Amino acid sequence: MDPSVGDLNSPHSMGTTIIGVTYNGGVVLGADSRTSTGVYVANRASDKITQLTDNVYVCRSGSAADSQIVSDYVRYFLHQHTIQLGEPATVKVAANLVRLLSYNNKSMLQTGLIIGGWDKYEGGKIYGVPLGGTILEQPFAIGGSGSTYLYGFFDQEWKEGMTKDEAEKLVVKAVSLAIARDGASGGVVRTVIINSDGVTRNFYPGDSLPLWHEELEPQNSLLDILSSSSSEPMVS
Amino acid sequence: MKLLDSTDSGNSSSIERTQYPYVTGTSVIGIKYKDGILMAADMGASYGSTLRYKSVERVKPVGKHSLIGASGEISDFQEILRSLDELILYDNMWDDGNSLGPKEVHNYLTRMMYNRRNKFDPLWNSLVLGGVKNGQKYLGMVSMIGVHFEDNHVATGFGNHLARPILRDEWHENLTFEDGVKLLEKCMRVLLYRDRSAVNKLQIAKITEEGVTVSQPYALKTFWNFNAFQNPTVGAEGSW
Repeated sequence: MDPSVGDLNSPHSMGTTIIGVTYNGGVVLGADSRTSTGVYVANRASDKITQLTDNVYVCRSGSAADSQIVSDYVRYFLHQHTIQLGEPATVKVAANLVRLLSYNNKSMLQTGLIIGGWDKYEGGKIYGVPLGGTILEQPFAIGGSGSTYLYGFFDQEWKEGMTKDEAEKLVVKAVSLAIARDGASGGVVRTVIINSDGVTRNFYPGDSLPLWHEELEPQNSLLDILSSSSSEPMVS
Repeated sequence: MKLLDSTDSGNSSSIERTQYPYVTGTSVIGIKYKDGILMAADMGASYGSTLRYKSVERVKPVGKHSLIGASGEISDFQEILRSLDELILYDNMWDDGNSLGPKEVHNYLTRMMYNRRNKFDPLWNSLVLGGVKNGQKYLGMVSMIGVHFEDNHVATGFGNHLARPILRDEWHENLTFEDGVKLLEKCMRVLLYRDRSAVNKLQIAKITEEGVTVSQPYALKTFWNFNAFQNPTVGAEGSW
């Protein structure tokens, strides 16, 4: 009935960690900032959360070129749509435009996207559009290669009806945990909060993030440790 | 609105090859019973070996008389639903008192799947189509290569190997709703034990002359308290 074509079990994993979370009043989008070409980090401070309209943003993962061109087209179409509609576009329309491009060009594109925003009809909404062009509305979405390390974390920590601060803290903690274990994720954590009051961008540099297992407090130099410490830091 | 459709004729950048699936649903089972059709599917959509999404509805009503259940690539299923929506809309616009029955919808799906297969660009799904019209029960299946048939019980994917033997043994004409549900649950439980891509959250849908109902999502109890499971390697350490 179902012809098998080689190993269907391993889709291409994508560099990045991206997250979108709804809370009571809006959405919080989060991402790391590492763009890699093979093993080299081409950009250590990229901005993967891209604006589509005043009230809708998209988190990009996978091929940088593919995700950029898709967002550019969607921004262009949404702009025209907004003019024709006479009011801000809804998150659902933005997400479906992304889906159309992803689905109809599925053999050529390699990008997973998380669309998040706020509109006056449905409030804060998150839509996931993974590889292949499936569209799924979710209370929270995770994507990118770093997301594999976060399924268990979200299974445990996610709760409905969080406040804005709880949601943002959760997103920052999650991206930071993924960065700790995923080589393709790193740099800073960027968040974008969207609600009825507007949009807020935040920036959490690598040294402001909590330390996890086997990570040490960064120091300026060994010399500082030697001069301040009274014990034996240099052991022969 | 088709934007840069790769299956457009004249688009020289379209690639003529079979794709591979990314986000996939597993088995769907359908049976005929006394009043109509019962269909069951879990709510999981996997991404390779990861059980990524756990609240995906894979059984949906089509018009007044049919139910469709799908396994395989979810994006292709969503596209099929849109095509069916358009089909039903045009049917309603005729406003002639006639409405498409399950046999017609099944045929439409067969043509859609087979024609895509001929272009080496399949919709990567196995579909179960069930319905009742004018007292006639109908249950059929279409695969991604256009193989189609009707039967008293059908299944997709793993369901063919695990559920159909049970159905061949225990299905009979004029099952009550209760017996039908119990039979489907028996099959779904086996799939939960033995299909790696199954998740424990399912919906059972029924369609009768009166209409369609899809149950709320629920989970099945599982049984692990067999003596043989307690200490399976006693006397043979290292075995499993």
